[in-house]
Amino acid sequence: MKYLSEYRDPELAKKYLEEIKNTVSRPWSIMEVCGGQTHSLVKNGIIEMLPDKITMIHGPGCPVCVTPLNLIDKAIHLATEKEAILCSFGDMLRVPGSQKSLLQAKAEGADVRILYSPLEAVKIAEENPEKEVVFFAVGFETTAPANALSVVHADRRNVKNYSILASHVLVPPAIKAVMDDKESQIDGFLAAGHVCTIMGNTEYHPLSTKYKVPIVVTGFEPLDVLQGILMVIRQLEQSKSEVENQYARIVREEGNLDAQKVINEVFEVRNQMWRGIGEIPDSGYAVRDKYAGYDAIRKFDIFIDEAPENPLCISGQIMKGIKKPYECSQFGKTCKPENPLGAPMVSSEGACAAYYHFSGMVEI
Amino acid sequence: MQLQCPMPILDFDIITLGHGSGGMLTNKLLDSGVFDLLSNDILDERHDGAFLELHGKIAFSTDSFLVSPIFFPGGNIGELAVNGTVNDLAMCGASPKYLSLSFIIEEGLPVKDFWEILVSIKIACEKAGVKIVTGDTKVVEKGKGDKIFINTSGVGTINPKANIGKKNIQIGDKIIVSGNIASHGMAILSVREGLEFDSEIQSDTTYLNHCVEDLLNNFGTDIHLLTDPTRGGVATVLKEIAEATAVGIEIYQKNLPIDDQVASACELLGLDSLYVANEGLFIAFVSEEKAAVILEKLRQDTKGRNAKIIGTVVANHPKQVVLESAIGGKRVISMLPGEQLPRIC
Repeated sequence: MKYLSEYRDPELAKKYLEEIKNTVSRPWSIMEVCGGQTHSLVKNGIIEMLPDKITMIHGPGCPVCVTPLNLIDKAIHLATEKEAILCSFGDMLRVPGSQKSLLQAKAEGADVRILYSPLEAVKIAEENPEKEVVFFAVGFETTAPANALSVVHADRRNVKNYSILASHVLVPPAIKAVMDDKESQIDGFLAAGHVCTIMGNTEYHPLSTKYKVPIVVTGFEPLDVLQGILMVIRQLEQSKSEVENQYARIVREEGNLDAQKVINEVFEVRNQMWRGIGEIPDSGYAVRDKYAGYDAIRKFDIFIDEAPENPLCISGQIMKGIKKPYECSQFGKTCKPENPLGAPMVSSEGACAAYYHFSGMVEI
Repeated sequence: MQLQCPMPILDFDIITLGHGSGGMLTNKLLDSGVFDLLSNDILDERHDGAFLELHGKIAFSTDSFLVSPIFFPGGNIGELAVNGTVNDLAMCGASPKYLSLSFIIEEGLPVKDFWEILVSIKIACEKAGVKIVTGDTKVVEKGKGDKIFINTSGVGTINPKANIGKKNIQIGDKIIVSGNIASHGMAILSVREGLEFDSEIQSDTTYLNHCVEDLLNNFGTDIHLLTDPTRGGVATVLKEIAEATAVGIEIYQKNLPIDDQVASACELLGLDSLYVANEGLFIAFVSEEKAAVILEKLRQDTKGRNAKIIGTVVANHPKQVVLESAIGGKRVISMLPGEQLPRIC
């Protein structure tokens, strides 16, 4: 497979691993921010191949995991009570709300559809003028341009029965929140390559300076991740704390300006709740007043009481890297992918599910 | 597929509730060509059931088919229904002989679609060498089905040289997969409403009985287990076997045969090809000594030309399937908690 197999070369992987082994002299903890990187680490068995001195900590970068419980309840409410056609990315469907998941709502008769593109949801709205169509617009900066574009597109075509239930989260404030936590012991970061493809690297320089941590913008293939780890380790061993770009084949320093423009057209930065973590200042996107008619929250004026999280779930500590999934008393016992207590057990990008599925080499 | 049998001229163009009532309309539908199309000495008796003659040990299997859309790249629900039961019987080491065929049709199905499905069934039966000997047609109200559901059941006689069963699996056995994985599931996904993408991916639906018979005739009891990795894909089937037999299984990513387009589509959609459905593929657990010659023989058959040895049965990690990744790392393969859902990014 062109552009992929080159980054899965076993011989090169061996060389990187050798180089990592030769470079590391003392224990380091590295957080990969993005769930896509967690997925790659576990899918390719990289964690077990790394020297013992390196601990990979799985960050909060799984959009499915950090979408607030209350918002999932609202999505379900829209699909069941308001009888809207609720469109969503696939892995959002299994996330448990306080009563049920979207998948269960679908089984009970709600019109819930899995889509790859929010533009498809606009098309569905045009084809079903008598129904309200809501797209569950979750994700990091990566999915924001497409979600924003769907609003612009709907507005241009005067599609009034379309709206988005937005829950966008931003990476740099999350890194800040992790570093500000007294318990966190992160020495360096792999930043999310696809987020930086959109937003560029400029937001990360003040973070690496302030917290004195190396931040390496990293891709998702096994060789990308290995190279990213090596670059972090090299900096740490030399007491450096800079922003470096491992994913230079895709990421430009300034990012994708057109994509940023469409984000800014539709969204503005706001405080955002992160499931399991709490509110982080300036860490999310809200729909601007100009497009209020496309904001499902305002359009339907839904209010649903905040339901309590399961008190046994320690997902916040997991996502901040304070605890490993297997250190949770419920992991693999009451909490399993088929019956998750918290969101990190749901998505394959979630740290708990990733450990459960792929790292079963350790007997659970 | 091209229609090879002209559609009969009828005074209705969609199927209605009356066509499943058992009355005049049912007869009109069946007499219009269904019986002629699928004609054979047993079906032509038109009795309540079929009179069959079989000798020796037999295998019996059943499967229901619901696929959306009913026509997909590389096939349709009709041939899927024949091949599915034919292959299940072949996996028992049997030569499939006779099938039953039942339709549950949602009213409103265009007769032209029904005819096309029937023609595919006829062709699939001819290719696999099986006969439809009994059947049924019911029609449900609009909204109570999804165009058409098909059930086929089948019987076949066990090849006297075969001894297929999980109990035969031994440490050291090699695991052969007969062709490229994940084609069927990705072909369906490429045309599913809301998820369409442009590709030339074709379903792998086909009959495997002749190919399997050939292997059994040549290698008999060196073939310890046969299984077709349909729903849940290769990963699920292997995990089920490891759980049931308490052996460990090791597979190697670099050996997994997969078409480039299918692999790319899986990457794009964030799906793991190991869990994607197949319809014309089998997995064989074979003796270590004969594995190489069995593979060579299989690769001479058009159904097995992409076959590969993908893994080994091991004493380590009983009940666990461990995959060695392309870069040499290891991970455990588990069963999915439900349907594989596309990832966000």
